[in-house]
This record gives sequence, structure tokens and C-alpha cells, in this order.
Amino acid sequence: MPAPVAPSTARAFGPALRIIGVGFRREPRPLAVAVLGSFVYGVMTVFTARVIGHLVGTIVTPAVRVHQITSAQIWTIVWELGIVVLLNAIGVVCRRVGAGMAYYNLIAHYRRQVTRQYLRLPLAWHHRHPSGQLLSNANADVEATWSIFQPLPLALGVVVMLVVGVVEMLRIDVWLALIGVLVFPTLFAVNAVFRSKMSPRATRAQQLRGEVSEVAHESIEAALVVKAMGREEQETERFAERTNELRGAAIEVGRVMGIFEPVIDAIPTFGTLAVLAVGTARVQAGDLSAADVVQVAYLFALLAFPVRSFGWVLAGLPVTLVGWTRIDNVLSAQGSMAYGDRALPADGSGALSMRAVDFSYEGGGTSDLSSKDSASVGGAQVLHGVDLDLAGGSLTAVVGPTGSGKSTLTNVALRLVDPDSGEVLVDDVRLADVRRHGIPAAATLVSQETFLFDDTVRGNVTLGGPYDDADVDRALRIAQARDFVDALTDGLDTRVGERGATLSGGQRQRIALARAVIRSPHLLVLDDATSAVDPTVEVAILDGLRAEAQRRGSRSTTLVVAYRLSTISLADTVVYVERGRVVDTGTHAELMDRCAPYARIVSAYADDAQDRADAKAAAGQDVQPVDAR
Amino acid sequence: MSTSTEERSDTRTRHLGDTESLGTWAILRRGLTLSPELGRGFSITLALALVATLGQVLVPIAVQQTTDKGILAAGGPDVGLVLRLVIVVGLAVLLTSVASYAVNLRLFRSSESGLATLRIKGFRQIHDLSMLTQNAERRGSLVSRVTSDVDQISKFVQSSGLTLIISSAQILIATALMLFYSPELTGVVWVCFVPLFLLLRKFQARIGRAYLAVRERVGDMLGAVSESVVGATTIRAYGVEDRTAERIDVAVEAHRRAAITAQVRTVSAFVSGQVVAGVTTIAALGVGTILAAHGRLTIGELVAFLFLVNLFTQPVQTATENLNELQNAVAGWRRVIGLIDTPADVPDPGEGGVDLPPGPVRVQLQDVGFAYPGGAAVLHDIDLDITPGSRVAIVGETGSGKTTIGKLLTRLMDPLTGSVLLSGVDVRRIRFSSLRSRVVLVPQEGFLFDASLLENVRFARPGVSEDEVLLAFATLGLGDWLDGLPGGLATAVGQRGESLSAGERQLVALVRAYLTEPDLLLLDEATSAVDPATEVRIQRALERLAAGRTSIAIAHRLSTAEAADEVVVVDRGRIVQRGAHEELVADKGSVYARMHASWSAQSS
Ligand SMILES: Nc1ncnc2c1ncn2[C@@H]1O[C@H](COP(=O)(O)OP(=O)(O)O)[C@@H](O)[C@H]1O
Ligand SMILES: Nc1ncnc2c1ncn2[C@@H]1O[C@H](COP(=O)(O)OP(=O)(O)O)[C@@H](O)[C@H]1O
Ligand SMILES: [Mg+2]
Ligand SMILES: [Mg+2]
Repeated sequence: MPAPVAPSTARAFGPALRIIGVGFRREPRPLAVAVLGSFVYGVMTVFTARVIGHLVGTIVTPAVRVHQITSAQIWTIVWELGIVVLLNAIGVVCRRVGAGMAYYNLIAHYRRQVTRQYLRLPLAWHHRHPSGQLLSNANADVEATWSIFQPLPLALGVVVMLVVGVVEMLRIDVWLALIGVLVFPTLFAVNAVFRSKMSPRATRAQQLRGEVSEVAHESIEAALVVKAMGREEQETERFAERTNELRGAAIEVGRVMGIFEPVIDAIPTFGTLAVLAVGTARVQAGDLSAADVVQVAYLFALLAFPVRSFGWVLAGLPVTLVGWTRIDNVLSAQGSMAYGDRALPADGSGALSMRAVDFSYEGGGTSDLSSKDSASVGGAQVLHGVDLDLAGGSLTAVVGPTGSGKSTLTNVALRLVDPDSGEVLVDDVRLADVRRHGIPAAATLVSQETFLFDDTVRGNVTLGGPYDDADVDRALRIAQARDFVDALTDGLDTRVGERGATLSGGQRQRIALARAVIRSPHLLVLDDATSAVDPTVEVAILDGLRAEAQRRGSRSTTLVVAYRLSTISLADTVVYVERGRVVDTGTHAELMDRCAPYARIVSAYADDAQDRADAKAAAGQDVQPVDAR
Repeated sequence: MSTSTEERSDTRTRHLGDTESLGTWAILRRGLTLSPELGRGFSITLALALVATLGQVLVPIAVQQTTDKGILAAGGPDVGLVLRLVIVVGLAVLLTSVASYAVNLRLFRSSESGLATLRIKGFRQIHDLSMLTQNAERRGSLVSRVTSDVDQISKFVQSSGLTLIISSAQILIATALMLFYSPELTGVVWVCFVPLFLLLRKFQARIGRAYLAVRERVGDMLGAVSESVVGATTIRAYGVEDRTAERIDVAVEAHRRAAITAQVRTVSAFVSGQVVAGVTTIAALGVGTILAAHGRLTIGELVAFLFLVNLFTQPVQTATENLNELQNAVAGWRRVIGLIDTPADVPDPGEGGVDLPPGPVRVQLQDVGFAYPGGAAVLHDIDLDITPGSRVAIVGETGSGKTTIGKLLTRLMDPLTGSVLLSGVDVRRIRFSSLRSRVVLVPQEGFLFDASLLENVRFARPGVSEDEVLLAFATLGLGDWLDGLPGGLATAVGQRGESLSAGERQLVALVRAYLTEPDLLLLDEATSAVDPATEVRIQRALERLAAGRTSIAIAHRLSTAEAADEVVVVDRGRIVQRGAHEELVADKGSVYARMHASWSAQSS
């Protein structure tokens, strides 16, 4: 994926200013405190030099001349300088705490916004964006955007500092001020050149740092496969390649920094020397006192360092822009699902029908957050004109080869994704007309890939719904999860870890089943939801589901994606799909009769066993008689 | 961590070392041995850095000389003298600038080279760790040891490290010069600063704790945010967007608070330094004026002294921040070194080892016992002898220990007691180069890389030709499936294979295994999400491939067992039955007969 190229500082200036404006509107109070604090700091920094100059002129020099000093004079020194020091410190506290609060408030706010948007945007949008990129958007991009607010208030204070400083110099002497007027803009210009040279190199290093981390992430997640196939060397080479590129890029950054840092350091020093030379001449001409010269020299020393903050702001602008572009593309992403205002009937039976449903995953695989969403590039069509009719209270099995679109079909059935064309109805209500959260209230999916939250067992089953422990207990029992949950150290209150890491695959699946069962949905969709469960356990689960339906006396509709004959034979109807098309619908017996590919899949094990038995028998007759039963 | 005798006898590494016991110096020394580039030519860099620091004190000296000998010269201001002085100092500044350039470049060169070496060593070590050690850590925390932890070190070496050195030199030189101008005033300055030096430690500890809390909150927050992305389907299916949002809000808010606390502590430390610096300036000016009034100091010297105070206080003010960086760098270093120094507990015998004897592999387990670190025994006295070239199925309930046996056979882990022999050789003596190319395990979750299908398959055998890959797909009966994909072999599979269906990902893993042509193939539920017809087809193809080779299949679909030469039934960590399918079924009431009854009830 082509990484976004950071725009040059000059090009970034205008747009970045607008982003800064957004930040100011969002966090006006802390930023006002920070900027005011910074102004105080700027003025007080200049005043430090002024007060020292003033004290040297009015107290020190006379005192030295008369070889005598009064305690009143000492007090003047203490309180005049003391006030300046105190105000300066208050300014710094306001500036840094204000800027820090604004920054952290902003990133917290935008993190919430971005994740809200992730939760709001439809699944189709998620399919288009790699999850790694979405995570780094909520993390690194948000930080990058607002990190400009760390040096910005300082830089604004420095503007004030420079203005006051130059006024101060003018007040003392035009010629010395002229040196300042030459030195500080030069410093600024050198800084700008520095940043423009630096920005592309820094961006490149940053980008490589991201790539190194991506390779490490992927490779370490693949650790088991890498080990099992003995690919450690190959992976290390892949990592080393990126790492060495990063090293090269970082050294380039160092080279530019190595040149500019001493130059930026030296400029104010030369300014000070010039002040000394010119100042001496002016004293000789009788226009200035020694104290004046010292004061201006001191001013140069004080101003030299803060002026660098301009450099930090300039460097930050392109970073801000790139980060914001990505955030903004998430925040302004369209294509949210439109909801109607209808509810699914409370006493419905979960009858499901699909009319001429087409569905495609959008092409190009995934798209980059740095560019605006170009919806629908027209990818591979996965479902073609699917028609389905599940009578209320019926059990329907969907059977089809791997990759034929079964999981996709289950997602369409619950409107997790919208079909390209055609419509889906539950209890005769078009799903597109149902209000937000109306579908989960009546229909539930247990997906093929189990997802558990980093929460307790109870939290994972109830998901915050109004269920008591008796409900949870019953659901766990039906899902055959009671026994192992009881055996966990804290029972229902055991935390399952990141994505349920502390549980085995079969255990995770059973928790996910309990989560569906507890909701007593009208329409229950199981997508190969027991693949990691032993056959014995699976039978018990299916029996439990049936008993539960009878107990409630309700008619609920079930759609299962399954291969096992035990499941299929329970089904009233079987739907056979292949390459995204419904090839045949009927009872198991009917399909066995007339749909050869279906028969091949369903009886694959039996046929295989038969073939082998035959082969064995044939071979066995030559060697030894087998006990044929 | 518990230290019962039972657990203490288990010497296997559970977690990566944190080298907690090593002090800062020991860490730095070890760090230097691991990245020798860092130390190379360091004394030259240091000498150059000292020259660069001298540039800082040139200005105060120039000011003093100008004031005393130039402006306040006995015969009125002496412009000529000042001009000469300014030119000499100017040249000296140029010289120190060049030194400073050299220091920067040298530092970047040596640190980036040294740290690249460290990163690569660390990365390699992660892959060399045993599976158990890898699993004991969060993936993210392993990644950070070769990324952000090393970045932390590089940041320190390149800026704060140099700053610390220059600052120390600056403090020393400033003190020396101050002593030269006025020992009394120097005493005043130090008296003002001693309390700050003492406080600094305390500040630093508080700040360190605050940043530790921030790091922990960042981990929680990233975890919460990732749920909104990884759990997208489940969240929508259950309509729990609001609940998820609340969970994220809690984590985001906790991070915000922790970060602001850390910021406030940092600022208060910095400002304390600033106030002390101000007080010092006041004291120096006050006392200095008294001294000057008594003729113990010239005005020029007093002014120069004020410049020196500035030079002295600046590094002390920023010291909290730089020391903080030092602490972070040492912590980062500690973690990377902890990783690198963790002994690989399933080591490659390397040169000292032997190659796996050619031909079909005989598999023997002798008295094998195993327990996961800190857990109860999961395998007890396993004895197993698999004839070379046979097809074996291992069956048993979830959690009975099948996968564990598979991992011992392929030496992803070593047994706690007993031994595993392949073709009569203890696996611990077989070189990985030989073992990994001839013994292949296909786990249930075959990981796919964010690349094309072809590149993913090539992972198993780099350099294999496209035709061979196509042939492999065809042989496994997957030609039709491949043709159905929009881009064929060039189809991008997305991160972790996100753009493929769960079953399709397993197909790719099987093609990989097929291409390696192993002498011992071990499938651990490798077809659990694949449809039966495809599964049978693949199984047949693999059998043809495995003809004359040994293959072991772990499966809960008993069709696999029916097809095997021999079935091994595992129950609660013991082998309870083994033999041909027919024999085992005939043993009424046995574990296998029971499993088979419920399987047949389902599949016919
Ligand atoms: N997120 C996705 N992006 C692009 N294509 C996908 C995605 N998910 C699935 N597909 C493709 O859609 C087809 C159907 O997938 P799926 O419905 O998961 O199949 P099944 O569940 O029947 O195995 C497959 O060819 C698969 O590669
Ligand atoms: N990484 C692990 N850490 C601790 N215990 C584990 C780990 N992996 C498996 N176990 C435990 O070891 C036992 C056997 O597991 P496993 O070999 O995976 O069983 P099977 O493959 O037969 O389902 C189970 O009780 C399981 O909980
Ligand atoms: Mg599927
Ligand atoms: Mg297993």
C-alpha cells in the first residue's frame, strides 16, 4: 500500500491552520490559559533581562562606585527580580498545563469520535479497511494530529517575546536593535530551511518505523506457522531489510540535524558578539552605558533557545495535516446504514425471506484511509439472485462448498451488510425499514469466528442485557458450558482475557452460543457455530436448543450452516448453495435424490468410508479374513 | 509467582526475563556488548562533545572581558581590543560548531547501527523462543520490545544522552569558571541548588510512576479500541454498539486522566527547577553586589557570573526531563536485554546435532509426561510407536491432550519427562534445518500474511514456480476454487487473510503443507472449517502424497479415523485405546465406541 507522502511545510500551512482552528474551538479554555500563560512567559523572559540591566545600572554600578550598599538596595534587587521570576513561573505552569490538557482532551475526544464512527459505520466499510490501519488511526493518527498543540502555545508566546524584545532593544539603542532585527529573522529563516530539509527525511523515518513495526507485528502473530515451517531465518531477513532501511533514514535525519543544530546555536552567539563590538563603539561615542550593552547581550542569550519552538511548530504542521486527513476521512465516511422506524413484531416467529439478493464485496480488497473513500469499485459478486423462504418456526440448513457464500448469506440475513439489490424480510417486514437495534432485538447470529470481549463470562453472555444469574445459568447449560465455567476460578466472574485468550476454541464457541440462547431470538442463525465442539457435545447442544424451544412454546425460526447429517436431518428444509447461487431447495431426502453435488458433500464421509472398506476388503481377502460386520 | 517446590523444579521459562536484578550500569554494559557499534569510537565522540560544550562558555567570558577590559577600560572604551576579542571568540565558536556537527553525526551513526543490530537480534530471539514462552506474552508486548523499546533507547542516545553529557560538562565547566570569578558566589549558587538536587530524585520517582500508569492505561485503551474493530460483526449482530462505546469511553478517560497527571507532575518538577534558578539569580545578584561594593568583584565579573548562573541552571532545569528519558531508555533496554537473555528452552542443537535419517519417519514416544508451566499434568506416561509410512489418527475429546502430543512430536515443545524419538533419534538432537523441512505441522489456524495468495503459498517453499503451485492446487482438487477467485493466484488475501472465508484460509494452509513434501505430516484439525467433500478430496490427495511417508491426523471428525491404518484414542492425557478402527469400535463401552456412536448418529 502506498504510504501517504507528507506535504511540504509550505503547502501544509493553510490547511494546518484550519485544523488548529478546529482545535481552538474544541478546547477554548485550556488553550486560552496556555496562550495567555505563554504571553506572560514571553514578556517576563524579556523583562528578566530588562530588570537585570536596570538593577546593574541603578544599583550595582553606583554601589561599586561608592563602595557601599544599603539593605534597601538589596531589597529592591530581591523584589524586582522576584516578581519577574514568579510571574514567569506562573506563565510556564499555565502554558504547559493548559497545552497538556488541551492536547489530552483533544486526543481523548477524537478517539471517542473515531471509535464511535467505527461502531456506526456498516460492516461493508470495515471489509474495505484493514483492521491494523483502523487501530493505528484511532491511536497514532489522532496523536499526530494534535501533537502540534504541545509546542504551539510556546511559539505564540515567543512571538510576543520577540516583539517585546525588539521594542526593548529599540528603547535602548537603534543600532543594537538593528542587530536583533537581523539576527532573529535570520534565525527564523534558517529554521524554516532546516525544517523543509528535515520534514521529508523525518517523515520517511517515521514511515519506516511504522513499517518495521508492521512487519514485526505480522511476523510475531504468525510465530507458530513460522516455527512449524522453520522460516525463522527468512522472516529475520525480511525484518532486517526494513530495519536497515530505517537505520539509513535515521542517519539521514541525523546528518541534517548535525548541520543545522550548530548553525542555529551559533547565530545568536554571533549576534551577542556583534552586540559587544557595536555596543563598545556606542559607549565610546557616549550614547550608551555598559549596563545597556550587557542587557541587550543578556537578552540575546535568553531569546536564543525559545525561538526554536518555531521550528517545532513548522515541523509539526505536515504531521498534523496527514493525521487529520486520515481522521477526517473516517469521520466523514458516508454510507452509514439508513434505518427505518419499524420494529419487528414482538410475537413474530422469525419467518425469513430473501428476494433476488445480489451481494458483492467491494473490489480492490482494501482502501487507504489517506484517500477519500471511493465506494464500490465493483468487486467480485459473491451472492447471485438468492431467493429464500423460511417459514416461521422452521429449521433450515444451508449447505454448500467452502467459499460458496454461506457466511455472507448469514450476514445479509441479519442486515449486517446490505445487498447490492434485492430485499430481505423478517416476519414480512423489510429489514431496511426496521429501526436501529430493531433487528438484534429479534434475530441473533452466532458467527463462524467467535469473538469474545475482554470481560467476564457473565458480561460476555449478557452483553449488558437485563438477564439474571438464573438466565445465564440456563443459557450456559443449554450451550453445554456450565461445567467448564463452574470449574473456572471465579466461575461466572472469571475474566476471559483479550478475545477470550484464556479459553480453548471449543469453550469460546460455547460461550458465544450461550450469548445467543439467552436472548430467545425469533430468528436464530448459526454459522458453523459448533465446529470446534466434540460430536457428543454438539448433539447435547442441539437437543438443548430443541427442548428450550418447546419449553417456551414459542415458534422460532432457525437457520444453520452445517455439514453434519445429524443437524441436517433435523431440518425441515435444506438449501444447497454453490458459487453464491441457490442451486436447490427441498427436504434432505429430495435433495439427496435430485441434487448430485449436495449428495456428494453430505455423504462424503460415508462414501469415503465405504470406498475404504471396499478397498480394504479387497486387499484383506488376499491377506487375512476380516471380521466384516 | 508461587514458589512451591513442585513448580521450582520446573525450570522452563514461563515469562521473559526482565533482568530486574541488574542495576543500571550492568544494563548499560550488557547493552554495549549487544550493540558494539555504540561503544566504537565513543571516546572521540566524547572529546568532541567537550569541545562543543566549551562553545557555551565562550560568551560569558567575552562579556566579562568586554565589560572590564573594553567598555570600562581605564582609558575609556577600547573598541580595537573588543574587535580583536570578538573575532577570536567568533573563530572559536566556528570551531566548536564543527565539533558539534561531528558529534551529532557520529552519535546518529553509531546509535542507529547499534540499535538496528539490537532490533534484529531481538526479533530473531522472539522466533527462537519456545512456543510456550511466546504464548506467555501478549503479542503486543513482544512487538514493543523490538520497536518502541528500542526507539526509546535511540531517542535517549541521540538527544537526551548527549544533552546529559553536555549538561554535566556544562555544570562542571560553569562551576570551574564561577570558582575562578568568585568562590563565595559559587558557594551561594550551590547552596541554592543543593535542595533541588535532593528533590530531583523524589520528583523523578513520582514522574516515573505516573508514566508507568500511562503506559498501562495505553494498553487497556488499545485493547478496548481494538474490540470495536475486530468484533465489528458481533457488535452489530447483537446491537451492542452503545455498550462497546461505553467500555471504550472508560478506557479513553482513564488514559486521559493518567496522562494529565503525568504532565502536571512533569511541569511541577520543571517549574520548581525554574523557581530555584530564579532564586539563585537573585541571590547571586544580591550577594554579588555586596561583594562588588566591597571591591571583591568587578562589575564585568558579576555580569559574567550571571551568564554563568544561567549556563548552570539551564541543564539542572531540564535534568528531570533528561533523567526521565534515561530511566525510560534503561527500562526499554532492560526489556530488550531480558528478551535476548531469555534462554531458548527448546534450542536448536545446530552444528552439534544430527540430520533426521532419510526415508519414512518412525515416531516413538517413551514415557512422555507433560504439564504446561504452572499447570497440572496434561499428559501422563504416553508410550507410542508409529510404524514408518503408516497413517495414524489421533482422536479424543476437546482438552484431552491431542494438540499437546502433536506439539511434542514436532518439537514445538519438549516433554517434561520421557523422550520423543523420530526414526530412532531423540528429537532434541535433530538439527532444526532438517527437522523443520521434513516434519510439518498444520495447525487449525493457519496464519496468512497480507500479501497475494501466491506469496502466501510460497512461504512454505520460497522460490517454488507458479506452475508448481497451480499443480498443487489442482492435485488437491482446489483448481475450481482457485478459478473462482477474482484474481486467481494474485488475489490479495487481506490482513491475516481477512478477505477469505474461514474455510478458504485452511485450504491455503493445506496447500502450503502439500508443497513442503514432508516425511512426517501432522494435521491438527486442519480441515475443521472445510466442507466434507473438499475435505475428503484433500485427504485423499494428501494420502497419495504421503504414500510411503508417515502421516498423523488429529480430528474430531471420525471419518478421518475410519480411514487411518491405526487410531490412537486419547482421554484425559492418557492413551486409552489404539488399533484399527474396526477393532476399537468392536470394544463395546470403550471411549472410542461411544464417540463413534454419537458421530454415526450425526453423519448417517
Ligand atoms: N471481507 C471480504 N472481502 C472480500 N471477499 C470476501 C470477504 N469475505 C469473504 N469473501 C469472499 O466471498 C466468498 C464467500 O465467502 P463466505 O461467505 O465466507 O464463504 P463460506 O462461508 O461459504 O465459506 C469467498 O470467495 C470469499 O473469498
Ligand atoms: N498454552 C496452554 N497453557 C496452559 N494449558 C494449556 C495450554 N494449551 C492447552 N492447555 C491445557 O492442556 C490440556 C490439553 O490441551 P490440548 O492438547 O490442546 O487438547 P486437545 O487438542 O485434545 O483439545 C487442556 O486441559 C488445556 O486446557
Ligand atoms: Mg463460512
Ligand atoms: Mg486441539
